[in-house]
Amino acid sequence: MSSWLDYTINGLIVGNVYALVAVGLALIFGVSRLINFAQGSIYLVGAYIGWVAVVQLHTPLPLTIIVVAVAAALVGLVIERFGLRPLQNSVRIAPLLATIGISFVLDQLVMLTFSPNPRALPSQLPDVRFQIGGGTIGPLDLLIAGVGITSALLLFVFLRYSKLGWAVRATAQDRDAAMQMGVDVNRVNQAVFGIAAALGGVSGMLVGMYYNQIDTAMSLQATLKGVVAEVVGGAGNVPGAVIGSLLLGLVESYGVAVFGTSYRNLFAFLLLVVVLVLRPNGLFASARQAPPEPLTGTFIAPSRPVRIPRWALLVAAAAFAILPLFPVSFYVLQTLINAWLLGMLALSLTLVAGTIGQVSLGHAALLAIGAYTSALLSLGFAVPVGLSIIGGGLMSAALGTALISPSFRLRGHYVSIATLAIGEIVSLVILNWESVTRGPIGISGIPPLSLFGYDLISPNSIYWFSLVVMIVLALLQARLLGSHLGRSFRAIRDDDIAARAYGLSLNRYKSLAFIFGGFAAGVSGGIAAHLYSYINHETFNTQQSILALTVVILGGLGNVVGAIVGSVALVGLPELFRIAAEYRILIYGIVLLLLVRFRPQGLLGTM
Amino acid sequence: MAEHTTMLSLRGLTRRFGGLTAVDAIDLDLARGGLVSIIGPNGAGKTTLFNLVTGLDRPDAGVVRFEGQDITGLSPERLAAEGIARTFQLGRVFGNLSVMDNVLIGAHTRLRAVKPAVPVIGPLLELGLALLRPASVKAEEERLREEVKAIFARFGERLLPRIDQPAYSLSYANRRRVEIARALALKPRLLLLDEPTAGMNPTETAEMQALVAELKAEGLTILLIEHKLEMVMRLSDRVIVMDEGKKIAEGPGEQVRKDPKVIEAYLGHGLSGTAEQESAA
Repeated sequence: MSSWLDYTINGLIVGNVYALVAVGLALIFGVSRLINFAQGSIYLVGAYIGWVAVVQLHTPLPLTIIVVAVAAALVGLVIERFGLRPLQNSVRIAPLLATIGISFVLDQLVMLTFSPNPRALPSQLPDVRFQIGGGTIGPLDLLIAGVGITSALLLFVFLRYSKLGWAVRATAQDRDAAMQMGVDVNRVNQAVFGIAAALGGVSGMLVGMYYNQIDTAMSLQATLKGVVAEVVGGAGNVPGAVIGSLLLGLVESYGVAVFGTSYRNLFAFLLLVVVLVLRPNGLFASARQAPPEPLTGTFIAPSRPVRIPRWALLVAAAAFAILPLFPVSFYVLQTLINAWLLGMLALSLTLVAGTIGQVSLGHAALLAIGAYTSALLSLGFAVPVGLSIIGGGLMSAALGTALISPSFRLRGHYVSIATLAIGEIVSLVILNWESVTRGPIGISGIPPLSLFGYDLISPNSIYWFSLVVMIVLALLQARLLGSHLGRSFRAIRDDDIAARAYGLSLNRYKSLAFIFGGFAAGVSGGIAAHLYSYINHETFNTQQSILALTVVILGGLGNVVGAIVGSVALVGLPELFRIAAEYRILIYGIVLLLLVRFRPQGLLGTM
Repeated sequence: MAEHTTMLSLRGLTRRFGGLTAVDAIDLDLARGGLVSIIGPNGAGKTTLFNLVTGLDRPDAGVVRFEGQDITGLSPERLAAEGIARTFQLGRVFGNLSVMDNVLIGAHTRLRAVKPAVPVIGPLLELGLALLRPASVKAEEERLREEVKAIFARFGERLLPRIDQPAYSLSYANRRRVEIARALALKPRLLLLDEPTAGMNPTETAEMQALVAELKAEGLTILLIEHKLEMVMRLSDRVIVMDEGKKIAEGPGEQVRKDPKVIEAYLGHGLSGTAEQESAA
């Protein structure tokens, strides 16, 4: 029985750490209705500043905490001032995308500065354990609890008794009314971002000390956990975020106790999906809320798409088709093959995120489902590779749609959270379902591409195969957009309430969009599996999801030609300029930020 | 036979938001081919009432009957299929869709060839038919486009030159027209108009009034929310006045206009007293 007390203490301590992240997210959501995906990056920055302070500057612990809090707060202020304030009057999706871009830039900067290798972060506290009841507790546990409770008290006093705190609460309740009463909303945003960042940074440092290890993968995990806790507690609800965090910590801790460590995150994301589906306003909100406000035309930047004449597209397709007949290097073909594979994923995402407006952040999961299905069909059941790839596409369409379908009634940023969580769940299931997926070992020896019994091994044949598949998928999608489904999808994106009032069932049409898009992504994943010959649960990761999203925004949301142009640009240009791999993600992040700021409709315009 | 003359009937319809009762035990009857107007100050609960009738919101109590059938709490998609169309107070056109596509969405519930009524695999058939486009699907689309053009013709030259423009580029008045065209494309049996003339100048208002009169003359059953009393008095068979969620008066236009409760609601509670004080000072 004693271990249960240990697991409870551990759950509460970890919950306390999550609370520091989640409270910041809740404050920001409260005043600006934004889920700050960069919160985990600030947490990461906090951990590394803590490392610099402790290991290189040898600061005493209280000073370390202050240094981390102040430095992280400064990062938060910079993000607010230069990343988000210029977007105040832009489309609703812009700030969300900006925080994703900022997150990638910050993570990469940390990685480039400190290298991706994990580092030890000593806690500076004596290594003793005190016996309480049947469990034990160490000084670091007490420190974390102390910091958590102190921060909560300080925040309470600030919100309750300071003038700026009143302004924060007033803005959270009704931004327009607060502005009319003379509240300086920019100052409120600054205050909130500063506080959120300070809490997030300290939290990162404490976690680093708790596990005595920091690395750059912490960032995304922290964002995800913070978002889970915040949504469980009710977005924008500060006390709710604290309770949600403690609950999340306990659920994880007990889950680990029963099933083992590799299930920790699975429980967190399942909790999130269950709460999103059953109580999207959080555990403490009333189930029936007032009907949502109209969002007409505010979600996607209005624009006139650039019309490219048909002959120009034909010429371009022909030029790419005959390219291998000229003496081009293997390297060029390889790069373009990658572009065609990314193009298929981007076609899928531009339909889902652009045409019907469900901004998916977990699209790589569809690649993974397609890849694993095709690999297992060809290996385990001797299905010919061409057929197995189609099987992968169908499985992605069916399973992807089934997984996301409970979230169809969510809107806006919540869709992004749900897809992100579902993407993580898919990856975790692949990791843990060893009897089918071979778990962490991955699948090796996947047979090469073949068609009608002929192996496609030469670069030329692979190039032509992937080009043709992508063009066929693009033509089908263009035909879809020209049908009544195209206008129905776009109507749902522009105003789902008005669409329902005219008989458009959201479940039906979101399903159809995910089925069609899931097929394209699954085919892309299937082809990739046979090209790589080895895949594991990390082959298709969140970075690919974000890359695809950047491609889609670069090309223009919903724009079929744009998705392909964007893929060629984002895969090809870094190759052309021989940019080292570790700088690429940094560049993708910067491209995303610049697009959101200066050309939200992309190169070819929103369709 | 009684249920055939009453198109829409509301009994005790109630909706509360926290402590506020936005719609308080409203009764209403609307005869086939009739036009009933709902008037009342801002915040009286008129639009909430529309949301309850069209399924965008569910009542806390009360019953909505449409042609004798209880439709309380049905989904908006279902009610659209039953032939109930509405326009929105704030003008909810699909901004990035062309004017033509906006109005074609109105005809969505009338798609048959491309949307076979087959259970379970119906959606997949719809996807397949949309991609393959057999002759029947093409013919249906073509027929609907012709019908929509005929609807545009009702608005003179206001919309016809703009059918390929995205709706976000339209003037405010034209957006309202697109909304009404979209509602007409549904071939509604019951039309709910939420302030169709809001933000229109007198000429545009007169045009809209003529259009609504024309629709009524064609036998369409209409429930109208409108602030312009001139129009309400001309068009309505009966007028219902709401204030703070309650029905405070009902009857023919002229009778309602003279009702002291209505005058008080419109001029504001106790405002007449203030006016006296001001004139004394």
